Amino acid sequence: MRSAVSQSEDDFSGVVHVYKPFRAGLPHLGPYFREAWRRRAFASEASRAKLRSTQSDTVLGQLWNVLNPLLLAAVYFLLVTILSSRAASDPNYFSHLLCGLFAFFFIANSMTGGAKSVVKAGKMITNTAFPRMLLPLSEVRTALRKFLPTLLVLLVALVIGPVKLNVIDLVAIPWFIFLLAFATGMALLLATCQVYFRDTSNFLPYVNRIWLYASPVLWYSEQLPDRLRALEIFNPLFSILGGWSRIIIDHELPLMSETLLAAAWSFGVLILGAFVFMSRERDFAVRL
Amino acid sequence: MQSVSNPPSISVRDVSITYRTTFEKRPTLKSAVMRAGRGERLIREIEAVKNVSFDVHAGSVLGIVGSNGAGKSTIVRAIAGILPPSSGEIQVRGRVSTLLALGVGFDANLSGHENVILGGLAAGYSRAEIESKFEEISDWTELGDFLEMPMRAYSSGMYSRLAFAVAIHMEPDILLVDEALSAGDARFKKKATEKMMSLVREARTMVFVSHALATLQEMCTEAIWLDKGRLMERGTPAEVVKAYSKFVDTPPSAATLEDV
Ligand SMILES: Nc1ncnc2c1ncn2[C@@H]1O[C@H](COP(=O)(O)OP(=O)(O)OP(=O)(O)O)[C@@H](O)[C@H]1O
Ligand SMILES: [Mg+2]
Repeated sequence: MRSAVSQSEDDFSGVVHVYKPFRAGLPHLGPYFREAWRRRAFASEASRAKLRSTQSDTVLGQLWNVLNPLLLAAVYFLLVTILSSRAASDPNYFSHLLCGLFAFFFIANSMTGGAKSVVKAGKMITNTAFPRMLLPLSEVRTALRKFLPTLLVLLVALVIGPVKLNVIDLVAIPWFIFLLAFATGMALLLATCQVYFRDTSNFLPYVNRIWLYASPVLWYSEQLPDRLRALEIFNPLFSILGGWSRIIIDHELPLMSETLLAAAWSFGVLILGAFVFMSRERDFAVRL
Repeated sequence: MQSVSNPPSISVRDVSITYRTTFEKRPTLKSAVMRAGRGERLIREIEAVKNVSFDVHAGSVLGIVGSNGAGKSTIVRAIAGILPPSSGEIQVRGRVSTLLALGVGFDANLSGHENVILGGLAAGYSRAEIESKFEEISDWTELGDFLEMPMRAYSSGMYSRLAFAVAIHMEPDILLVDEALSAGDARFKKKATEKMMSLVREARTMVFVSHALATLQEMCTEAIWLDKGRLMERGTPAEVVKAYSKFVDTPPSAATLEDV
């Protein structure tokens, strides 16, 4: 009887597992995160295997990972310089475009990868008990691995281009936490959404395209007409990517309001995504 | 008295499991919006397991029999911690390894080797533990070079060989087997049955779901019979198989007894 007293409520590890009815709500966060951390090797290995299977780990594959966003940047550059004269007259424009576009691709890749992560792992979910959160997290890691080589390209563009490097650029490192938190939160939200609505990932390309045009990537955040200013707080990428470009391209410290907004959006979305995902994940096995 | 000093490995207490699904095969936002427009809700509840209680003591092998859709796979998934019960409680003591009808496999585009590693990592084994077992696993499956091929190139028998090999070599305290042998060839079935027998002799706790009543009788120390989610009978394998065969009105014949 003694061992019955020391029962753990832990779903995954421990010697005694107790499974009780699922009430919509969070699992015990301590054991959940401890177990997710213990099995983090799964997330990184799944991401590595995915990069391997798409040949992203070979030299040519890496080159393609850089070339693809670079070519897209060139397309947008041509488009914008043809359509607007202001951009053409700004020598920093191409660097700004690279800086914003690469960061945007990181978030978009996390979203598209995250959305499919749970549904794609169907058999694994119906046959193994593990913290499901590792699946979308693994996709964020994959997106991050594709983002890193593009950062090198950006670095080269900054060294040889008109913008140059500056100590202020170091602020981009803590600022990147906002990007990461936001991308992770979106991946978690979309992964859950895809389980209930399998057409979510069909809408994503359109959503991402519109989101790109509505964010200060192809244009500067200062260019927003005054009558639309009031709306900028509703687009998380406005503050997150606006600040990113302000730091790297303008060599200015981000505005206080921008920082607070970016922090609120990114951590808000992360917490919301984690909450939605964890409170629904026990339902996934029945839905797939 | 024994159960007090030595609590059961698996204890299922008054468990019911209800699936809630929509009618559609593939739920989409589009159809949800269209249904909402018509004011319909298409949620269907399927009571797969109803008020079932049983214990499995350490070292015993429980066989589960029942017709298709009786709830066998459902109860096994609940013991594995994959499906939460809708009511009741399940207690499991020890590390569980599952071998369910669908087999292992994270991504069919990855090789068998990669899938084994990923499955093991997800199940909470360390990379060193899995790597140290991998040689044994690959020898046992006799799949050779196929282990480095994408799993989409596997036949269903090759698939179940690998799944079975992984489950038994990971040295779980509790092994859950759900019709894992059904796709194998005669040689594999023999080998797998022998391996299972050796695990039985090692006094591992096992839950074994099968339509192969002969193997089940041979291997199990006790059995339960589920029908439409209800526990119909529990007792020795011979009794349960007899009652079940009588119920489905197929006297133990060549067809039900021989095949695994
Ligand atoms: N994912 C699911 N969603 C909804 N209902 C399900 C799901 N899986 C199983 N069911 C239902 O639950 C009941 C029990 O199914 P289960 O798979 O446990 O049967 P089983 O005893 O394993 O049958 P079999 O011998 O065919 O393997 C069935 O009525 C089935 O329709
Ligand atoms: Mg079944």
